[in-house]
Amino acid sequence: MSKLGLDKNKIKEARNYALKIAKDTQDFIDKHTTVTVERTVCRLLGVDGVNEFGVPYPNILVDYIMNNGDLGIGIGNYLASTVKETNLSLDEISKLVCDNKLDITKYPILKKSEVNKILKPFIEESLYKIKENKFKREDYFDKFGQSEGPMLYVIVATGNIYEDVTQAKAAAKAGADIVAVIRTTGQSLLDYVPYGATTEGFGGTYATQENFRIMREALDEVGEELKRYIMLVNYASGLCMPEIAAMGALERLDMMLNDSLYGILFRDINMQRTFIDQYFSRVINAYSGIIINTGEDNYLTTSDAVTEAHTVLASEFINEQFAKLAFMEEELMGLGHAFEIDPEVENGFLLEISQAYMAREIFPKAPLKYMPPTKHMTGNIFKGYVQNTLFNIVTTTTNQNIHLLGMLTEAVHTPFMSDRYLAIENAKYINKTMKDFGKEIEFKDGGIVKTRASHVLNDSINLLKEIANIGIFNTIERGLFAGIKRPYDGGKGLKGVSLKQENYINPVLDMMIKELKEEK
Amino acid sequence: MGYDLEEKKYSKALDLTKLTPYGDTMNDGKVQLSFTLPIKNDEKGVEAALTLAKKMGIADPIVAESMTLDNNFTMYVVYGSVLHTINYNEIKVEKIESDVMTKYEVEDFIDREIKRNIVVVGASTGTDAHTVGIDAIMNMKGFAGHYGLERYRNIEAFNMGSQVENSDLIKKAIEMNADVLLISQTVTQKDVHIKNLVNLVELLEAEHLRNKFIVIVGGPRITHELSKELGFDAGFGPKKFAEDVASYFSQELLHRIKKNK
Repeated sequence: MSKLGLDKNKIKEARNYALKIAKDTQDFIDKHTTVTVERTVCRLLGVDGVNEFGVPYPNILVDYIMNNGDLGIGIGNYLASTVKETNLSLDEISKLVCDNKLDITKYPILKKSEVNKILKPFIEESLYKIKENKFKREDYFDKFGQSEGPMLYVIVATGNIYEDVTQAKAAAKAGADIVAVIRTTGQSLLDYVPYGATTEGFGGTYATQENFRIMREALDEVGEELKRYIMLVNYASGLCMPEIAAMGALERLDMMLNDSLYGILFRDINMQRTFIDQYFSRVINAYSGIIINTGEDNYLTTSDAVTEAHTVLASEFINEQFAKLAFMEEELMGLGHAFEIDPEVENGFLLEISQAYMAREIFPKAPLKYMPPTKHMTGNIFKGYVQNTLFNIVTTTTNQNIHLLGMLTEAVHTPFMSDRYLAIENAKYINKTMKDFGKEIEFKDGGIVKTRASHVLNDSINLLKEIANIGIFNTIERGLFAGIKRPYDGGKGLKGVSLKQENYINPVLDMMIKELKEEK
Repeated sequence: MGYDLEEKKYSKALDLTKLTPYGDTMNDGKVQLSFTLPIKNDEKGVEAALTLAKKMGIADPIVAESMTLDNNFTMYVVYGSVLHTINYNEIKVEKIESDVMTKYEVEDFIDREIKRNIVVVGASTGTDAHTVGIDAIMNMKGFAGHYGLERYRNIEAFNMGSQVENSDLIKKAIEMNADVLLISQTVTQKDVHIKNLVNLVELLEAEHLRNKFIVIVGGPRITHELSKELGFDAGFGPKKFAEDVASYFSQELLHRIKKNK
């Protein structure tokens, strides 16, 4: 039942524009591959580990092709023909290439069907692991049940994975449903994934497969104790988007930040590169049953939350279509938005209610990711606690599922254990005392809430129409999102983009898509 | 102690040479604090919190609440009276010695005194990915109703964004023939910003460029005093806007132009 009385035809119109935008971009994506896409293929064929200088073997193999072969054919073909001709294991091949003792470009290029045949057992082994993880997650939810209403999401960010474990366990015991391990500042710009357990990071902890494993094990342990499944989040974003998605799939992460628009705007990652990377990473997430989180909330940290609200909605429509093209179910689309209106704005609370309800009604099956106030948080922790309370009220009332908890010390430091505890206590209180508040209220015709929602929807349709006309690349060049302009050929990572040749093959992607299509 | 009707022993007159916190009565020294101890939440834990508070110089501490964060982590909310006093009159603060002008006054000042445009290059440097600070000062729109430097008629502001290497910033500054370098640092965990800021000054000195630019740092944990220690010309902390920064560097630039004549 709609509380906002939004015009269904308008929502449809918006979706049609968004679909055109996504499809136009997909045409570009389908013609290209990137270094991290190919490294992901390596990883899902089972290549792992680093050499004595800490360089990951997937990087060594892909760099070798970049220098001596043609990445546009895809690393799969080179590896398949090497396996065929030498009968070596991928582990042995990686080490020989690293030592410059093997030229993997000298063997004949194979037919696609033959590549598939040779690599099938390698791929199946990884996909089997991923499916096992998916079933294990489902079993946990069957066993322990899933919390109704908002799922409480907190971050840990100590830089030391073992300290993160201590903090995460305490948060879970206090009532957190979801724990995100924030990455160290700067990791998004690394064109490789660091290796092993790490204890040094700034503003966060390195995303490594071993760190994923350590935290997963800890959360399973505390989850068994609490009889709740604690979800784990990391970041399939930056220059290694699909590789981190693959690592997350292998280590049973449950959610991944995954939004190329965010990387383009806020990390200055090249737009061509990251749209290509995003596609593969979303297919991996879709295949693994991992919920993605998109980054629209961040627009409001640089743009005004009142005047630019429609850019958030427009971006959510686009992200939805990108996810659909990656064969993702709506239940996995954690579209993002945020409570960022200036506390000085009269009736700001009503505008927040309007925006949150609007997202809820337009994306009814999506587990929306709702972010707390950050931009207008000050060192006045007491007022900050009130701001977070108001945010919690909107979350509960409008039933946002992924409830990022605000910290009273936002803008002061990365959270103390006690900050997190207070945030969870606050959210639990509001969620309980206002549990059915949303079901009890209606909004009056012509009132602030309804008027605002239809206004924002209209504005977003106009924006989507414009984007559909000029394309997403042009849109970003003009700075229509977050007020930030990024050039088509600028930013980081463009060198890692290759045009696909006629005989290009990504056997992992193909197999995942085949299975995803069969499921539907 | 709240029911104690006896006259308190301390003087109720404000004495700035013996400054102490104010709760509800002059010189009562009342403070509130909260902290977490890695111990169980029990009587012994409360006693530990009280003992620690006394060691901090707090008389008659009370634990208003103790909350279990985990089996062996407890948070305490503590009230008490601090025993220490300080001499307010002896306190000296490094302050930026320039007048703060409005955007229009700055523009007039530049027209009148500098007689050319001022070139400003800014960036959030090192691994710091936050652009909030540099955007607030530089972007057209500014922050909280204070227009950014890009909007100033006679300031050429170039914002390089985030995660800019110090060497790239310097390169850009030379290329643009900049007068002013603005560095923003938001992430300060484990003092990562200090190393990065020191590195910039070292690079500038190595290239004999330190005196060519007015070098300014800003961020939520930056003070003017810290910036001077690190070899910067000025530092701006929270609640400073584009006009504060522009007022400073336009006056400082004039000062340097005069000195070089």
